[in-house]
Formats: sequence, structure tokens, C-alpha cells
Amino acid sequence: MSDKTMTAEEAVARLESGMTLGIGGWGSRRKPMALVRALLRTEITDLTVVSYGGPDVGMLAAAGRIRKLVAAFATLDSIPLEPHFRAARERGAFELMEVDEAMFMWGLHAAANRLPFLPVRAGIGSDVMRVNPSLRTVTSPYADGETFVAMPALRMDAAFVHVNRADRLGNGQYLGPDPYFDDLFCEAADTAYVSCERIVDTAELTEEAPPQSLLIKRHVVTGVVEAPNGAHFTSCAPDYARDEPFQKRYAGTAWPEFAERFLTGDEHAYQAAVRAWREEEA
Amino acid sequence: MSGDGRGGATRAEYCVIACAEAWRGAGEILASPMGLVPSLGARLARRTFAPDLLLTDGEALLVGPDGTVEGWLPYRQHLALVTGGRRHVMMGASQIDRYGNQNISCVGDWSLPRRQLLGVRGAPVNTLNNATSYWVPRHSRRVFVAKVDMVCGVGYDRAAAHPGTARFHRLPRVVSDLGVFDFATPDRSMRLASLHPGVTVEQVEEATGFALAVPEEVPYTREPSVEELRLIREVLDPGNARAREVQG
Repeated sequence: MSDKTMTAEEAVARLESGMTLGIGGWGSRRKPMALVRALLRTEITDLTVVSYGGPDVGMLAAAGRIRKLVAAFATLDSIPLEPHFRAARERGAFELMEVDEAMFMWGLHAAANRLPFLPVRAGIGSDVMRVNPSLRTVTSPYADGETFVAMPALRMDAAFVHVNRADRLGNGQYLGPDPYFDDLFCEAADTAYVSCERIVDTAELTEEAPPQSLLIKRHVVTGVVEAPNGAHFTSCAPDYARDEPFQKRYAGTAWPEFAERFLTGDEHAYQAAVRAWREEEA
Repeated sequence: MSGDGRGGATRAEYCVIACAEAWRGAGEILASPMGLVPSLGARLARRTFAPDLLLTDGEALLVGPDGTVEGWLPYRQHLALVTGGRRHVMMGASQIDRYGNQNISCVGDWSLPRRQLLGVRGAPVNTLNNATSYWVPRHSRRVFVAKVDMVCGVGYDRAAAHPGTARFHRLPRVVSDLGVFDFATPDRSMRLASLHPGVTVEQVEEATGFALAVPEEVPYTREPSVEELRLIREVLDPGNARAREVQG
């Protein structure tokens, strides 16, 4: 069986400008930030980003890499409004497909199941229909005759997710309280890159946790990247909590200044810069 | 602590009571309070008159009053529970109009917003599937507007236009720092249901950007019991965080 391990640089090198990229996690929770940082080090741009948005969206928006965003929100959780997403929206920096959280989920399900759409009782009556004039409705063929939104499949060229453990084959494991939608992102994308806190032997995966924690199956995974602290500064329970002081710093700093201090080098340099910052603050 | 009620309750404490009342008689459903005061209200309701309510830890776990984990509710199951309808959510509202249309997405023209807010989040799915109430900690004309800039939560006028799809639509109440509001009028427009003690009808009308239905006799929000005050002050919010969300 094939060893899919690669570096974050090798993963992002397989992407191209103009692609549709799904990003797992939720808000400021278990986001594949090391992969996002690697993407920021490339020239790749003009992306359609599909995300339950957090700082992944904020950073890519601040760096001008997003042509179109598909999202229900962007938040830092403990800081309700993502500042760079917000600034980008207020200067009209990208096109937005704003849908409800459940519509988004059914769009992922549709793509994972190779269906063109799935019916959703959400969106009707709201301005989601006004701001997305391409959305269509579908009427039940049964006696109820109800009308639903026909949520189109959110098919993606590539997906990035971050989990706690993975083996070299691409079996991914979450150990925190919520899987979010990372398995669906991988199933709904043509290629999926899974970063993890630690690559372990396959047998070790079920030593630490039950098989129900094996969220992602290898047949939908293209590459496995070992990225310790790779969700930083978002949370990655139980390995670590959100780095609240650092997130505050991110939210309160002008983007060029933040990028200059933390994002000019590689991942190792980022982690070192964060440690140096922490020592300064202590 | 100020307050005009006989029990010496503060405005924030009347707000907690008014939020708690949203879940009276709700039975064995999930209470999803967003924000501090609704959260205190839901937890108070469960400890007193609505013991069967389910509540989460704010993330993926269902927890009992003492913190005992009794279930798992990750986002994907939460969304299924919403659609199943056994839930009453109390959301925030950056704007709300007289028919209960709610906005948390952005202010101004959606295509180039003057102020980008959260996004629609789950407001469309919530309002079409389960009971949805709202909490507004600072009642003003900026929030209670004639027309919201982006309809996230569906109001009664829009629900009426989609009777089939919106057959589960229900907005039981809006609670603000000034009073409690409902839609118990013939045209389902917003009505002043009760004033918190110390607030006048004129004060509410002044802070509302549309014509409210006001009954001839407006009751006051009920007094908390001695036991409820004890629970709020000693058990649920001993640090008095509620006073930072609602002054007075």
C-alpha cells in the first residue's frame, strides 16, 4: 500500500490558482492552519474557498487569495467577528455565496454522494435566496407537495483538513469532542490533504481510541502531512486548546505587520516566531 | 443593586426570568441559548420549572445541571436535531423588524456591506424548523428597525408566503432589556407583552423603529421567586457577569 506522507510544501505544490478549495474545521476550531500557511507562501490565488469560516478565511482574504467564498459565517469564536474577513467584505474584495450552515452541510453531502443537489428546508423565505439568484427550489413529488431549496453539490478540487492522528496511508483520527465535517470535505473533494499532529503506525490508532474515532478513510486521501501544532492558533482538542492571546494578537494587528513578523518564513520559523512572541509577552 | 420590583431584582435578573419563561412547558427538547442572559435563563428554567430540558456545554456535549455528560451532540447531529424540531433556540439579533425578520449578517447593502457582521449562520434553518426566540441586550432603533438589511431569520410575513415549507415556523418571544415582545396579533406583528419593572411604554416606543402593538393594559414581567434569585446569584452567576450585559 502506498505511503502518502508528504510535506506541506509538497501538498500545496499540487494546487493551482483558480481551484475550488475546501477547508475543514469550524470557526477557530481544528483548522488546517499549517497547510493554509504553506499556501500563503506560494503564489496560488484566485481561489474559491469553501469553509465554515475562521482565521483560514481571514488570512486568505487578507492576503488577497480569494476570488469567491462559500460560507455561512466567519468567526474566531471567542472573538465573534473575523476582522480580516470583515475588512475584505467591506471593500468588496471577493464574491460571496452566503448560505445557511445546514445548506452548507447538505451541499457537502450532495458532493460526497455524487448528487447534483439535496433538498433542504432552510433558506426559503430568507434573503439567502435573494443574494444567491442561481439557487433553485425543488418540489416534493409526494402528496405533501412541499417546496425546498435544491442545495447544489459543493464539489471541490481539493480539501485541507487537520486531525489529531493519522497513519501513512491516510487513515485520519480525531480525538476531540467534535469531528466537525472533515470526512465530508475529504469525500466531496477530488484530492484531500490531511495534516495531523502525529503520524503513527496503523495499529497504534486503535490503541489510544475506539475505531469510531477513525474519521477519515484512506481511499479519499491524497496526502498526509505531519504538522505538530499544525492547527495553531485554533483549538485542537485534546492535544491543545486555542491560543487565545495569540489569536487576540492576530485579530488586533494590521495584516502586513502580522504577516511580516510571523509568515515570511517556513512553518518552523512560524512556530519559532510564536514562541519568541510568547516569551516577550510573559 | 437597583430595581423597582418587590424582590429587589435588578434589570438583568428580570431579563433572566423573561428568557427562562421562553422554555416553560417546552418539555424534553434542546434549549439552545446564545449569549449569557439567555444561557442563565435556560439553566434557571431547567433547575426550576422545566427539568426535562436538554442543554449542551456550548460545544459537543449534552450535560446535566451538575455538569454530568449525558450525551454527544456534535455539529452534524445538532443540525439534524434542528430539522427534527425538538429544540427552542434563543438567538441574538443585530436587527429585527415588526414581523420578526432578523439580521445577523451585515448592515447596509449586502453586495458591499457598510458593516460586515457574522453571516447568516443557522438562522434560516432555525426559523423554518424549530421555535426561535430572540434576545436583544440593548433595545434601540438601530436594532428594532422598520426593515432589516438582510433577512437571516425568517419573520411571520415571509413565512406566510411559504405556508408549506414554513409549517414549523414559530417565533415565541423577543426579550430585550426593556421588556418582552411576542407576535400575538391578528397580522402577526410585534406586540409588547410585558414591561420590565421600571420601564414605561413610552420608553419602549421611543426605542423602537416601528409601530408596536401595545395592549391597553401592559403587564409587568413577573417577579423572580426568592429561590430563583438565590439560584441566579449564588449558583448560576455568582460573578454577576449578567450586570455587564444588562445595566440597571
